Amino acid sequence: MNDFLTNVIALAPLLIICATIVAVIGTIAVGRHHFTAATITVVGLNAALISLLGVLQVTPLEVTPLFIIDNYSVLFGAIVLVASLACSTLAHAYLETLPDRREEFYVLLLCSAGGALALIAARHMASLFIGLELLSVPLYGMVAYTYRDRISLEAGLKYMVLSGAASAFLLFGMALLYAASGTLVFAELAEAATDGVGSTWMLAGVGMMVVALAFKLSLVPFHLWTPDVYEGAPGPVSAFLATVSKVAVFALLARFFSLAPPADDGWLLTLIGVIALASMLIGNLLALRQNNIKRLLGYSSIAHLGYLLTAVVAGGELGIETVGIYLATYVATTLGAFGVVTLVSSPYSGTDAGALHHYRGLFWRRPYLAAVLTVMMLSLAGIPMTAGFIGKFYALAVGVQSGLWWLVGGIVIGSGIGLYYYLRVMIILYLVEPGQSRRDAVSGWGQQSGGIMVLLLSAAVILFGIYPQPLIALVDAAVMNGG
Amino acid sequence: MILCWLLFIPFIGGLLCWQLESRHAPSQVPRWIALATMGIVLVLSLWLWLTGDYSLPGAVGDSPSWTREFELPWIDRFGISFHLALDGLSLIMITLTGFLGALAVICSWQEITNRIGFFHLNLLWIIGGVIGVFLAVDLFLFFFFWEMMLVPMYFLIALWGHSGSKGNTRISAAVKFFIYTQASGLLMLVSILGLVFTHYGQTGTFTFDYMVLRETPLDGPLAYVLMLGFFIAFAVKLPVVPLHGWLPDAHAQAPTAGSVDLAGILLKTAAYGMLRFAIPLFPEASAQFAPVAMALGLFGIYYGAVLAYAQTDVKRLIACSSISHMGFVLIGIYSGSVLALQGVIAQMVAHAFSAAGLFIISGQIYERIDTRNMREMGGLFGRMGALPGFALVFVMASLGMPGTGNFIGEFLILFGAYQAFPWVVVIASFGLVLAAVYSLVLMHRVYWGTPAAETSLGGLDFREYSMMLLLLVLTLLVGLYPQSVLDVSQTAMTEVNHWFAAPVSASPTP
Repeated sequence: MNDFLTNVIALAPLLIICATIVAVIGTIAVGRHHFTAATITVVGLNAALISLLGVLQVTPLEVTPLFIIDNYSVLFGAIVLVASLACSTLAHAYLETLPDRREEFYVLLLCSAGGALALIAARHMASLFIGLELLSVPLYGMVAYTYRDRISLEAGLKYMVLSGAASAFLLFGMALLYAASGTLVFAELAEAATDGVGSTWMLAGVGMMVVALAFKLSLVPFHLWTPDVYEGAPGPVSAFLATVSKVAVFALLARFFSLAPPADDGWLLTLIGVIALASMLIGNLLALRQNNIKRLLGYSSIAHLGYLLTAVVAGGELGIETVGIYLATYVATTLGAFGVVTLVSSPYSGTDAGALHHYRGLFWRRPYLAAVLTVMMLSLAGIPMTAGFIGKFYALAVGVQSGLWWLVGGIVIGSGIGLYYYLRVMIILYLVEPGQSRRDAVSGWGQQSGGIMVLLLSAAVILFGIYPQPLIALVDAAVMNGG
Repeated sequence: MILCWLLFIPFIGGLLCWQLESRHAPSQVPRWIALATMGIVLVLSLWLWLTGDYSLPGAVGDSPSWTREFELPWIDRFGISFHLALDGLSLIMITLTGFLGALAVICSWQEITNRIGFFHLNLLWIIGGVIGVFLAVDLFLFFFFWEMMLVPMYFLIALWGHSGSKGNTRISAAVKFFIYTQASGLLMLVSILGLVFTHYGQTGTFTFDYMVLRETPLDGPLAYVLMLGFFIAFAVKLPVVPLHGWLPDAHAQAPTAGSVDLAGILLKTAAYGMLRFAIPLFPEASAQFAPVAMALGLFGIYYGAVLAYAQTDVKRLIACSSISHMGFVLIGIYSGSVLALQGVIAQMVAHAFSAAGLFIISGQIYERIDTRNMREMGGLFGRMGALPGFALVFVMASLGMPGTGNFIGEFLILFGAYQAFPWVVVIASFGLVLAAVYSLVLMHRVYWGTPAAETSLGGLDFREYSMMLLLLVLTLLVGLYPQSVLDVSQTAMTEVNHWFAAPVSASPTP
């Protein structure tokens, strides 16, 4: 096989996504048809997912100075593609009744997924920036997609302005790094850092990049946009935002820190540790009084990324493994939770069913749907028999291994606080039905693709909670050969 | 393999209850399935009791003394295995679980009228989780079941509980219960991980196996901190006094079946955990900690008794009396002599019977007069058929009257601990006086005094009568012939004593 061909194989998922984007745009130009656009998207995403098997034959491989394709990027690429797939199935049912143009949504979603894939494989500042912007910019449109609804438009604008500010930070940080070291490749930056070239500027640059990434990950104190955007965005978009964008950025962060470990006396890691601790505690505390499930999930995602940041502070092989396991379980759980919210709000009829009282007594009307949400809440709370427990187990294990007792304490306290609101959501599902107005999933939700998807997700969450060995083996394989 | 069946039958039975109910609307089917499930568990455990040999003399220390064992690899990455094992201690607890589980099903026969299938799903899953706790000898597996059983208990209290006073609803009681136990459980998980990584640092292999980790040498302060993680988790569940806040609420708000399970079994998982894990894993640290634990136990005896005296809610009174009784258990466990440990077993079994009896009785009173407030009772003797008579026996048992199992338990604990800790025993003995006070107050306020009316409230039907009779016979059986239980636990307790490096020489066995 010649170089060109291997490079093409290595980039196949990204290329397939790009081709799909063109195909969807093409069909829209010929004639608007919602079902066709959705089908092409799903086929494209599946093809990209399958092509990952081919990519495994050529890893690890550096494609141009911009990308590195290794098992690590394949693993997170797979998570991103599965999550995008889930979001597009949800979106199809959700957008069915949108009194507007529906097809462009899939173009935006595919662009964003492509950006996520690029970001995961980045080993160069340029690809980092391009990936991150390609991931974020379509999201502005997606968040504001139901723009006739005021809060959706507001959320979109808010996200755009703040995200733009974060990007500015990122660029400034990169510029400082380049000025100090003269290179934009992660690994060379690390060399420059160990040589001690312009170390103050280097640190300032890395610090600013951390700020920008922390914004994307909605870590405290850069979390202020999260609840509003989660609440305002249409259900499938919230799901996408909470999973795909978080996974991609976190994967990048973990890679950046493993390739270019901060060569200083550790204050940067301490800073990240403080951010992690603050996220765990503040995220959970702010979630306590929420009466909107989407806001609540937003705050809970802040806390979860705080837990996960422990792995970055700890570093090492177990750290990377934790990132993989935790993100996989977190994505499955979050998709499930937002999936149920979306199904209850589908098809589109104004603002989503976010208020907790919409879910009162859901179990007695839609037992399986409520059971799915119960499983997801338990998984977010980290109760055994769910995948979330395995994730929390890893986070605690990595903390204990590295002796980060204050972060371990933060996880324990955070989980204790978190239980309160997860249980609150859970019990509401089982209370007696009130006479209040309520929203409900359509009666045949279980036969729709979105419904099948959430049922599969809950099966996966329980399966990996009881028998996580396959998942661990998969992630292990990705970490061992990865970089 | 039989251990697996013991573990999985309740889970399967629970799912069947749920699934069969949703199709045949209001039916008794789930009840019968649940009863059959518990019956099978009980029969299996009795069969194990009768056929197994649990009095292996001399099998102490290095060689494992499991009567039955089952092991499957589970999560290889961390050396976690699905490892179940049974010895005398676990067998007693499992038999108790099977019996009280069946009792819980029977006593909710008329109390629970809505969502019967889902109720029994939760009830049976609690039982399944508890059996898992009693069987697991892999620390990860143990933790898994330890946390897992909280969820169905939470549902049981939150959905079928009684509403208490204003601002003190069943949901807040359930949440309190869940948060107390889950957060303390996480501390235990951290301790487990600390132990595992210490072992990993020494040997380079990951394992969560109890038998292996027991051999891990630990230096003083580390062992102490890790031991505290375990102790706090168990102390919340037992409960030990500063951590008991959840218990009165959870008991008062829970349905009868929930109270029976809570008092009868769930509290015992904590004592079991101390005997099985906290002491053998950290013997030196535990010995160091023993005076503190005993002081907490003493405080609990008095505090629980005073708290019980002040209650006006029958179920809260019984719940607080449990705190007092568990104080004795704590003293017995940390005194470390074989005699006291045997007393702990007798006390746990006897307390399970007497507390279950009292909770079922308060449930039956509640069904008849719709209140648990003792101020609104009085003069019930003679208006309820045989019920007050049974109540008298269980109250006497609870205050430790000779002839009942509770007497044997308290006597053995105090007797066994006397050699090493005479002052603790002296102070604890005075606690028994307070037990008499609150027990008689309970009797007096509820059954004597001027009756509110002369009309009969209806006697016991066959179901209620046979439950009471069975409990009464068992209470007396443990009281008059405790050897039947003590024989089974002898080896296990000798082993605990062997691990416990307390300055107590092995005392003669009862």
